[in-house]
Amino acid sequence: MDIPGLYNYWIVIVLMMTGFYIVIARGNLIKKIVGLNIFQTSVFILYISMGKVDGGTAPIIAEGVERYSNPLPHVLILTAIVVGIATTALGLALIVRIRAAYGTIEEDEIHAQNTMKDADG
Amino acid sequence: MVRRHLVLRVVSKLLIPFILLFALYVQFHGDFGPGGGFQAGVIFGAGFILYALIEGIEVARRVAPTALVRLLMVLGLLLYVGVGYVGLFKGANFLNYDVLAHDPVHGQELGIFLVELGVGITVAATMVTIFFAFVDQARR
Amino acid sequence: MALGILHMRNLFAVVMLSGIYSLISAGLFVTMDAVDVAFTEAAVGGGIATVLMLGTLALTTTREKFVKSDLQIVPLVIVIATGALLIYATFDMPSFGDPAAPIHHHVVPRYIEEGPVRTGIPNVVTFVLASYRGYDTMGELTVIFTAGVGVMLLLALAGRRRDD
Repeated sequence: MDIPGLYNYWIVIVLMMTGFYIVIARGNLIKKIVGLNIFQTSVFILYISMGKVDGGTAPIIAEGVERYSNPLPHVLILTAIVVGIATTALGLALIVRIRAAYGTIEEDEIHAQNTMKDADG
Repeated sequence: MVRRHLVLRVVSKLLIPFILLFALYVQFHGDFGPGGGFQAGVIFGAGFILYALIEGIEVARRVAPTALVRLLMVLGLLLYVGVGYVGLFKGANFLNYDVLAHDPVHGQELGIFLVELGVGITVAATMVTIFFAFVDQARR
Repeated sequence: MALGILHMRNLFAVVMLSGIYSLISAGLFVTMDAVDVAFTEAAVGGGIATVLMLGTLALTTTREKFVKSDLQIVPLVIVIATGALLIYATFDMPSFGDPAAPIHHHVVPRYIEEGPVRTGIPNVVTFVLASYRGYDTMGELTVIFTAGVGVMLLLALAGRRRDD
């Protein structure tokens, strides 16, 4: 097992952990969504890099080409990207509604308002 | 809006037809080169959103009324599922395209073409719907 | 790039950076032979996602609230621990670009050899997506459709009731 051959996974992990950190450490909801997107893209890169074959080419069958990269991860990630944007849009819509209801998009302020309401009621 | 952003407007006017044409190319040439319904859908949606940003939302709505876009969103998905059911009624499995035409290879080609078309329509319409929903909220 | 996003407080710049980040990863996909994926990522990440994020910013606010300490200890520890575990796990993985990796030997040779003959379509990604994995794609299309309906319900229709 040659260790330098694993660098693609490490890039993925660094990106993934950055996204993860943004999600759990930042209170701003839009920033959380951006963090989730970074996390998501790192997963995409993980899949695509696993599908890469040395000396292979894009998986479109042509004459005189012997070796293709693995098309299966491409199929999965292709749909995942579009599903990702749809769910991101849903999250952003929720943020807009939260802003309309609470007047803020900071997690701790929303939390404080909820506690105050509980104390009143 | 009309007087300002002259450069943006001219450049976009030049680009938008090509973006939409490119989306159609990606849709229908997806069998042979890179492309397919998902890509074509998002490119078409992005082109239309650019148009709406430049020309203003009213003009965009006149081109594509909200009801029409919502209808397309449903139609695309129905086209996909419908192709699946045609296979079922012709005595094969759900989403088996072999039976769609006189021989399996043509059936597969036709089935994939229709399914990708359904994907493209729904994706483009969904993107535009989401954009319209955000704009509506902003104007309230 | 991602680290820049972490530190910036101006959300407008954050959104722009995330658009650029998407474009860069699209370039990365091309170098790894995933042309279809790169296409989608460029159109989605660079185009639609950025527009939607900007729309949300217009509806909310462009400044993140000031937080006293920039580095929070507990999340940082969790993140580093998880990352270390994952890196430990990669030592068992096949190395990058290895043709002998198990992922390339299950169903894929069949797709590449049999598929073009059966479907008459040279783009492997297209026919696997639409034909061999037709069920998956149908489900994903339904997810997109449902998300669109959800956004519609949340934004377009919910506001209408308030106007009455």
